[in-house]
Amino acid sequence: MPLIRVEAGRAAALDDAFTHVADDAPLPEAGGAIVSLARFIKDRDTLLARNAPIGVRLKPDETPEGLGPDLARLLVVAVEFPKFADGRGFSWARMLRTRLGYKGEVRAVGDFLYDQISHLVRVGCDTFEPTHPLTADDFNRALSEMTYVYQPSADGKRTIRELRAEK
Amino acid sequence: MYRYDEFDAKFVAERVAQFRGQVARRLSGALTEDEFKPLRLMNGLYLQLHAYMLRIAVPYGTLNARQMRMLAHIARKYDKGYGHFTTRQNIQFNWPKLVDVPDILADLATVEMHAIQTSGNCIRNVTADHFAGAAADEIEDPRPLAEIVRQWSSLHPEFVFLPRKFKIAVSGSAHDRAALKFHDMAVEIVRNAAGETGYRVLVGGGMGRTPYVGYVVGEFVAKEDILAFLESVMRVYNQSGRRDNKYKARVKILANALGPEEMHRQVMREFEEIKQAGTLQVPKEELDRIDAYFAPPKFEALPDAMPKGDADFENWVKTNTHPHRAPGYAIATISLKPIGGVPGDATDAQMDALADLMDQFGIEEIRVSHEQNLVLPHVRKKDLPAIHARLAALDLATPNAGLITDIIACPGLDYCDLANARSIPIAQDLSKKFADLARQHDIGELKIKISGCINACGHHHAGHIGILGVDKKGVEFYQLQLGGSGAEDASIGDIMGPGFGEHEIADAVERVVDLYLKERQGGERFLDTYRRIGMEPFKNVAYREQLYAAHTG
Repeated sequence: MPLIRVEAGRAAALDDAFTHVADDAPLPEAGGAIVSLARFIKDRDTLLARNAPIGVRLKPDETPEGLGPDLARLLVVAVEFPKFADGRGFSWARMLRTRLGYKGEVRAVGDFLYDQISHLVRVGCDTFEPTHPLTADDFNRALSEMTYVYQPSADGKRTIRELRAEK
Repeated sequence: MYRYDEFDAKFVAERVAQFRGQVARRLSGALTEDEFKPLRLMNGLYLQLHAYMLRIAVPYGTLNARQMRMLAHIARKYDKGYGHFTTRQNIQFNWPKLVDVPDILADLATVEMHAIQTSGNCIRNVTADHFAGAAADEIEDPRPLAEIVRQWSSLHPEFVFLPRKFKIAVSGSAHDRAALKFHDMAVEIVRNAAGETGYRVLVGGGMGRTPYVGYVVGEFVAKEDILAFLESVMRVYNQSGRRDNKYKARVKILANALGPEEMHRQVMREFEEIKQAGTLQVPKEELDRIDAYFAPPKFEALPDAMPKGDADFENWVKTNTHPHRAPGYAIATISLKPIGGVPGDATDAQMDALADLMDQFGIEEIRVSHEQNLVLPHVRKKDLPAIHARLAALDLATPNAGLITDIIACPGLDYCDLANARSIPIAQDLSKKFADLARQHDIGELKIKISGCINACGHHHAGHIGILGVDKKGVEFYQLQLGGSGAEDASIGDIMGPGFGEHEIADAVERVVDLYLKERQGGERFLDTYRRIGMEPFKNVAYREQLYAAHTG
């Protein structure tokens, strides 16, 4: 599956510059690698000394605050959704953006559904690796379904209250 | 009443279109039932024992005549001619077809209604004191806040896949008519020593298999900070609420595990951050704008005396009218508990006739109460005799508000997929047993609440007398609980012991009530007597027949 990126409200497919590396697998010679938080903590110095982009994958029970000051050195934080009903990832993505001020790529990975796409974008995810066969067209359709939002989140979208105040 | 502007209207219309797409994908097989389930639930659609059930939101329980007429239309066109008002101030239709549901939602949108988040693991429809804006004892109308909360919580991207459902109630009066302490989160409008009004926030109440009374997490939250504060609680819950066990996933479990101090600490950490960001502050202009929608009707200067009438009228006035803040006005409860009827049910003809009555008497709104009755919040006292006569003709003038036959009951095994036992027939038996009005008056305030399973939709934990239906090897049994209260003196009822059979439970309740009549002192209510003398004497009389059978059998 290609990676899908959403930028300024539009989705497009692109090649993934990163590889997910299992905890017991060797790192690729070149190119970006995404490792688990456990491996990142264990091999931190080696990983950061490696002359290639690095990303970390968070399980639903792993808060991004566990990354500490190393966060700024990561190009990708992948938020896992092993089951679509587990909504902790929504809070982790939002926290990465608004509390931790993370500017890199926040990637939603896993079992999320078409109908969760707009929520994921709102909380600050900008790339997507869905288990389900979702295309960039699906993303664009999902993102066009609801024009207005009531509450601020991590996407900077103007809320209904702000739009009312402008009238 | 709140009116949608162009933004609200488009939001709901697009949501209907979105759901139409979801239903089409389900019907074509593109969505599996497992995938469709959280989506339909977020639009109030359940799959029950016999059919789909659609739960429509009545935000903070307030309806106008147009909306009431639309509910009648839906009952007639898409259902079997009736609807069921619930303990969450919503209305449920029990027989819609899946293909019709998008059309029902589109019809609702034309009268500014929806079914958004009436189910699912998200922030549910916000409930409020059903006497809001009318009660003599109120500090402020809590509904503007409820509307602000409704908007903030609608499709909140961070909180639509919570560990479990999340219910918020609001009240503006020290006399709690909204069961605040049994909600996941509740906001009570309070006044501080300086005379300013603000919000006291409670968290962690709930019923179900592990009932808890909520505790205070914010003693006095400034009005403009309230959304920031509520969002803070939601964040703590979404991050730390248990997801390993459905039965331990409600916020009450987390709140109890953390305790008030740690919960407060975690909430305040989030709160400071959100407040600093400033994005959730509610500016005064917005508070004022929403407030204006809920301005009370212009009250006429009227004499305050209650008109006289026949005995039926006098009896109805005695229990079904309540003090209003304006002289010459009253609040009137329309009982949906006719003797031997189904608690909370109303027919399409009754709903239409109520809408006509509202128009005729210039009554702009009607309320749904969590006790499954309807309420006319602003009625001229001089109109009461005519209104009573009309209600009587509609079989809606049962004079039993707050009395022993004003029973709350969940739909139970007659409808519900989760139920272990039937609730409705038990409510009907009890209602018939205590039908005599003089006896009901003698018994006084006594709240019976019946649930058909441990999920406690019938609020049995909070009943002065609670009844819980259980299943024992395929046979329905009913456990008695005594001493619960959903009011400001909130308490969880004590379980008496083993359950009673379907045909024994009403007699057991009668023995319990008779003992109260014998033991009460002064003006004690049943609840007061129970709190004074405890379970033992009640237990002894309730099981009398079983004990007799054990000794002789």
